[in-house]
Amino acid sequence: MEVMPKWAEVTLVPLISLLLAAILSALVILAIGEDPIAAVNLMVTGALGSTYGWGYTLYYATNFLFTGLAVSVAFHAGLFNIGGEGQAMLGGLGVALACLLIPWPHWTLALLGAAGAAALFGAAWAAIPAFLQAKRGSHIVITTIMFNFIGAAVLNYVLVNLMRPAGSMDPATARFPETTHLPTLHDILAPIGINFSKSAPANVTFLIALLACVLVWFLLWRTWLGYEIRSYGKSEPAAKYGGISPTAITMIAMLISGGLAGLMAINNVMGEAERLVLNAVEGAGFIGIAVALMGRSHPFGVLLAAILFGFLYQGGAELALWTSIPRELIVVIQALVILFTGALDNMVRMPLERLFLMMRRRNA
Amino acid sequence: MDFLTLIQLLDSTVRLATPLLLACLAGLFSERAGIFDIGLEGKMLAAAFFSAAIAALTGSVWIGLLAGITASMLFSLLHGLASITFRGNQLISGVAINFLAAGLTVLIAQDWFSQGGRTPSLMGGARFEPITLPFAEAFGSVPFIGPIYQELISGHSILVYLAFAMVPLTWWILFRTRFGLRLRAVGENPAAVDTAGVSVVGLRYAAVMICGILCGIAGAYLSTALQAGFVKDMSAGRGFIALAALIFAKWRPWYALYATLLFGLFGALETRPDVIEALFGIKVQGALLGALPYVMTVIILAGFVGKAIPPRAGGEPYVKER
Repeated sequence: MEVMPKWAEVTLVPLISLLLAAILSALVILAIGEDPIAAVNLMVTGALGSTYGWGYTLYYATNFLFTGLAVSVAFHAGLFNIGGEGQAMLGGLGVALACLLIPWPHWTLALLGAAGAAALFGAAWAAIPAFLQAKRGSHIVITTIMFNFIGAAVLNYVLVNLMRPAGSMDPATARFPETTHLPTLHDILAPIGINFSKSAPANVTFLIALLACVLVWFLLWRTWLGYEIRSYGKSEPAAKYGGISPTAITMIAMLISGGLAGLMAINNVMGEAERLVLNAVEGAGFIGIAVALMGRSHPFGVLLAAILFGFLYQGGAELALWTSIPRELIVVIQALVILFTGALDNMVRMPLERLFLMMRRRNA
Repeated sequence: MDFLTLIQLLDSTVRLATPLLLACLAGLFSERAGIFDIGLEGKMLAAAFFSAAIAALTGSVWIGLLAGITASMLFSLLHGLASITFRGNQLISGVAINFLAAGLTVLIAQDWFSQGGRTPSLMGGARFEPITLPFAEAFGSVPFIGPIYQELISGHSILVYLAFAMVPLTWWILFRTRFGLRLRAVGENPAAVDTAGVSVVGLRYAAVMICGILCGIAGAYLSTALQAGFVKDMSAGRGFIALAALIFAKWRPWYALYATLLFGLFGALETRPDVIEALFGIKVQGALLGALPYVMTVIILAGFVGKAIPPRAGGEPYVKER
């Protein structure tokens, strides 16, 4: 019997966790001698008070949407893909190769090609850990952690030795050609009379991320494959009994997960930097874990959580600019969110369940 | 490559292997008791900061070491609370601890010292100084053995000797004491331990706290012995290399020593590209060498070279039968 009604499960548990994380973060801000209310005000005006702020918030949110969806899909299959960071890094390599090697006539074609390459490279980087989990039983968490480090080393090698333009000291590729530049939200919204900030990095990829959200929802809840993924994640023996192949589901779920993480690269590499630099991912792969946990691995929840983290990221940058609070505050908030919504989930859930049981008894 | 270069290389191998060894043994205690710990990195980082910060404030490295161990144990307590008491996901808890440590250390460092997330440089009594073993000078002139004794064995900080002494001690605790037997049992079959009337929760908390102490020493070594002060993210993935070494060692103390020494050697070679070039005649990228421990661990995990089988109840919260 379910103790809690569904609405409480999807709203109360994450909201209380978020509240706990917010209270602790406020205490941290107080402890370093700053005013939490002023800090929140500054974050809101900085991240949401102008189209420039929104442009950054949505740009970060796009990254987190992809990595959050990546972690979610794996979660549904009962797999913890901690390697989104490495998969997004390799996705960047795919984007860079596609943009530099092929002379694209128009950005739409370039976008399709680069997205394909990004997903392919990301999926490839998830394939080996997935195969080892499915066939050799080695723990996917450990292998994906290892692959994050291996990916960073590979990228470092490729950028320093192979893809760096001659004469450049910077470990980065050459700039992508003009035809591969993606339109920003300014370019998209100007024709319909909305004056969106020109200098913010949010671009057409945001719309693709929204599309990915819908597609992931459709895949998980409206297709046969999604049903198999979810039932495998809920109970492996039951799924096996139902004729679902654990190897196939593990591989497919991880390939989709890695592909989604890789797709992030069209936002940060192709849309923003327009060349591949070292550490282009900037930890977005890990934030995907927090986003997926907070969004309860549901695409709609992930969307809300990604925008929240986009806000925190942009707001945090503003804080670091105007106050003595360093950017690392966001890392602390992120850790607290992971802690409360993930690891200490039962701490929030157990008292709530008791409360609902009490109410039910009184009504009966 | 001449003899002196070899000695220098091995000397820095020992230096770099020490924090790996301590963290690896820390993980060994925790995982043998059935609690996965990917938060080794975060605990080391927290300990590195607090030991350097308190040592800088008090001028005493010993008080610093204590502060580092305390910080690391607090994080361990959090991990225990999440994974033992509230039966949460141990891996997610570890991830949270890593981020919490990465954020808090810089935040507090900035608040206390305002030096961009670092502590002031430690000097004198605020650092662990190298210890010269007896007769090191006198033996130094003896050919072959002399330099080995003087350069390689003598002249490390006390924590290095402590780390190496921890290997037989860990082996003895785990395989020759009643506590060790129970600790291993709780990682393989907690229900059996419970049936025997021994507290599963108590044993697991004990293991997690020991893990905290050892991670604390590892972190303190980083900031007060290997380097003189804390800098942002100074653990630099060592917690994960220790985790890799733990798998490489198949959760055994003596193998942990060999694995961490091997990974320490890779670390030492990374800083000496000239040696590799002289040995193999090829230029090897430092970055690729740095990734070698991870690649080797994946190969071991794949089961192509001997299979690494983790403790059976690892990662599973224990629910008493009702």
